[in-house]
Amino acid sequence: MHLKLLLGLTAALFVTGLYAVAASRRPGCSRTVYGTALAVCCLALLVALGHLAGATAATLTLPLGLPWLGAHFRLDALAAFFLVVVNLGGAVASLFALGYGQHEHAPERVLPFFPAFLAGMNLVLLADDAYAFLFSWEFMSLTSWALVMAHHHEPANVRAGYLYLVMACFGTLALLLAFGLLAGPNGGYDFATIRAGTVTPGFAALALVLALLGAGSKAGLVPLHVWLPLAHPAAPSHVSALMSGVMTKVAVYGFIRIVFDLLGEPVWWWGGVVLALGGITAVLGVLYALMQHDLKRLLAYHTVENIGIIFIGLGLALAFQANHLNAAAALALTAALFHVLNHSLFKSLLFLGTGAVLTATGERDMERLGGLIHPMPWTALAFLIGAAAISALPPLNGFVSEWLTFQAILVSPELPQWLLKFLVPAVGAALALSAALAATCFVKAFGITFLGRPRTPAAAEARETDRYSLAALFTLAALCLLAGILPGLVVDGLAPVISLLNDGTRLMAQNSQPWFTLVPVAEVKSTYNGLLVLLFMAFSGTVAAGLIHRLASDAVRRGAAWDCGYPDPSPATQYTAGSFAQPIRRVFGSVVFQARERVTMPPPGDLRPARLEVELCDPVWDYGYAPIVAAVTAVSTRFNYLQFLTIRRYLSLVFGALVFLLLVLALWR
Amino acid sequence: MALITDYLVQGCQMLLVLLLAPLLTGWVRRLKAQLLRRRGPSLLQPYRDLFKLLHKEVVLADSASWLFRVAPYLIFAALWVAASLVPTFASGLRFSWTADLIAIVALLGSARFFLALAGLDVGTSFGGIGASREMMIASLAEPAMLMIVFTLSLLAGTTELSAVAQFMQTAEVGLRVSLGLALIALVMVAIAENARIPVDNPATHLELTMVHEAMVLEYSGRHLAMIELGAFLKLLLYLSLLGCIFAPWGMATAGAGLVAYLGGLAVYLVKLAVGGLLLALFESVVAKMRVFRVDQFLGAALMLGLLGTLLLFVSRSH
Repeated sequence: MHLKLLLGLTAALFVTGLYAVAASRRPGCSRTVYGTALAVCCLALLVALGHLAGATAATLTLPLGLPWLGAHFRLDALAAFFLVVVNLGGAVASLFALGYGQHEHAPERVLPFFPAFLAGMNLVLLADDAYAFLFSWEFMSLTSWALVMAHHHEPANVRAGYLYLVMACFGTLALLLAFGLLAGPNGGYDFATIRAGTVTPGFAALALVLALLGAGSKAGLVPLHVWLPLAHPAAPSHVSALMSGVMTKVAVYGFIRIVFDLLGEPVWWWGGVVLALGGITAVLGVLYALMQHDLKRLLAYHTVENIGIIFIGLGLALAFQANHLNAAAALALTAALFHVLNHSLFKSLLFLGTGAVLTATGERDMERLGGLIHPMPWTALAFLIGAAAISALPPLNGFVSEWLTFQAILVSPELPQWLLKFLVPAVGAALALSAALAATCFVKAFGITFLGRPRTPAAAEARETDRYSLAALFTLAALCLLAGILPGLVVDGLAPVISLLNDGTRLMAQNSQPWFTLVPVAEVKSTYNGLLVLLFMAFSGTVAAGLIHRLASDAVRRGAAWDCGYPDPSPATQYTAGSFAQPIRRVFGSVVFQARERVTMPPPGDLRPARLEVELCDPVWDYGYAPIVAAVTAVSTRFNYLQFLTIRRYLSLVFGALVFLLLVLALWR
Repeated sequence: MALITDYLVQGCQMLLVLLLAPLLTGWVRRLKAQLLRRRGPSLLQPYRDLFKLLHKEVVLADSASWLFRVAPYLIFAALWVAASLVPTFASGLRFSWTADLIAIVALLGSARFFLALAGLDVGTSFGGIGASREMMIASLAEPAMLMIVFTLSLLAGTTELSAVAQFMQTAEVGLRVSLGLALIALVMVAIAENARIPVDNPATHLELTMVHEAMVLEYSGRHLAMIELGAFLKLLLYLSLLGCIFAPWGMATAGAGLVAYLGGLAVYLVKLAVGGLLLALFESVVAKMRVFRVDQFLGAALMLGLLGTLLLFVSRSH
């Protein structure tokens, strides 16, 4: 019943997309499309929540796709949880777009693809055979590519779209091969057959690597992340929110489905590989983010960091499962999935907030913003909540999932393998470092954009955003707070997913706890009560403020800034994003990015200004991708003359190739 | 009845840290002055300063926003809650199960986050320099602190600070390499987090060397009082933390009765006095570092913490 409803709702999204193709130039079309998407996503969200609350898995086969296979669909707890994430993100993005979409100057390039993109993501989660999965995966990639290319007149967007297309094709290819390995020579492509069958260890390892490449390139694992900070910012902001907050989660779903569900019993080193990749991704992602001045690109790099945190949890879970430590694996999986939900909430919130800033000022370069808290107090408040949540500050939700990940790390001395014994503490340090750096990064993002004095007239003349956008922002902000102070509810909601992935073991201690205290292992080991922390802080803060205002003084006088006696009215005297990150750039950047600072100081008497130039090199691009690009270019230049042959030569080439292939075939037999 | 007593003792602890914090800072200041052969201010001077600041009007910069006015109370609340979760005279109090050691570290992080934002709010260069440097220091100090937390909780088998403190009182701890590494690292982090010499100088008014003072430069009146009190609380918190983990003697357990509590309180006061003396001595004999030496100082703390954790991971037998 739930499954049929969800498929029907997905079909409704398709139809909305088709309607938008026909009607996108009509004046009210934007409202209709986003309104319908909002309604459909809300319904799908309710259905998925209902399923998560206790329905059993359902399957359905439709006579679509390959004739001998059909299209299999299945709704289990894992799919239901990710459907909640996708449709929550989709609903809020649609709500935001009810206001934001009015400013779109080329609606015909956005409106048809937006509901289709949502439908594609829903279908990936429902697919139950390799063909349907890959088809909807590719559909999701292509529709999101079309949205990235919505503003295709800017050359940077064209490059972003091209890179995205290449990486998406590469990822799908890897997944295709992974499914091929799993299905075996008999071609059992539906997931039930794959789950029942067994794969040789070598093939299983290969399938894991391919799944890491395929899902990792979509999620943004280092070194496959290069397209993400270019493509996510290029799309309109509500689409950026979907791509960064939601589509990366669909990729995580793909990884979990293949590795935890289809692949069978894990081997311990799988966990090691995933852990190491996650740790590297978390630290590099946040360091890249710190070097950015473009607000949307900074957020996109932060997605890379958070994907790293999620993969740390997944890697730990794999290592625990391989050693049959199922209680610990349940903890690590809970941490990872909790972070999936959290990241979708605060990353969507931050991207939508950036969208509001973009509408108000037309700028997303932080160096040209500043002081927006005065004209846009509500947007600033929502963005601040998102920034605090992503920086893992209690009592918001980001802290809870990081806390759970730390707790999972603290039970891992039980792991017997020596490599893991060295790796896990190192990854723990990397996680701690990335959390601290994330706080630095969001002090910068919020402080330079919203605080201080406006750096340009555009920032000074900004106006508060519309009511729909504010409603979307505050929905997400409220959810960030709720998930932070009532984490027990989320953990209980995740329980069926965990027991599905973990042979029936879930967090046992959490079962018996009252709903507001979080107890991952045992009460003597660790407890956290977000609600009490919030009440405590609210109580002491308000009591202090109230008493002081009543008993001591509440007088306020406005005056010029003090600034040690030399205030300068020019906004250029403020710290900028670049100068804020300078200490970090010197401490970390000189190693990771080979950061060089060059000061050009004109001689005395010369009236030219002194200049400071900063050179950064991107190690992943320079050492990973640039050689590949160079090699491809060199080879294709070398064979370029093949383009200009005569017809006779082409015919003889074809003949030669044919003979060669036949020879190979003959020798092979 | 037992419940009411529990809450009462917890309330006493909250009030105790609030009332003792200025005294501790006054004690350190006086000792430092005397080490320099000055007479030094009275022990009660911080209380007088706070009282004076509270009764003055606030001068707000024209470009200050609502965040600037809310931040002092937020910072104070986060630090007060964190400080009252650290066991002082007794362990295992009512609210000690609200948040564990990781959460206490994160609460300190919240306070710092808002302090740095407040530094950026007015849009002056000094606020920016302070915020930027503070976050650079924190980006190394916080992971170092978490590695220390890992070491302690792997040893004690729990992240609850009260339980760690109780474990430290038992005989099975003994001398351990990891504990030694954690102690050194924790002292280094405490120095950095409290803006003490050699990382920062709490008494400086040379603009370019300031970190913490530069961030709060625009604050005045009751807002400044809240931030100062927060800083006092933070110093008290770190000394209590060092005391309850590395000198756990004489601490009462919850429900031990009034006499035990008073005994615990007396021992706690002695611990604070000794801690303050050591801090004053240390500050008087070392020179301040350049800002870009701080990363090496804290990097060393991070490595020590990591080493302590690694040793425990490796030495776990099966």
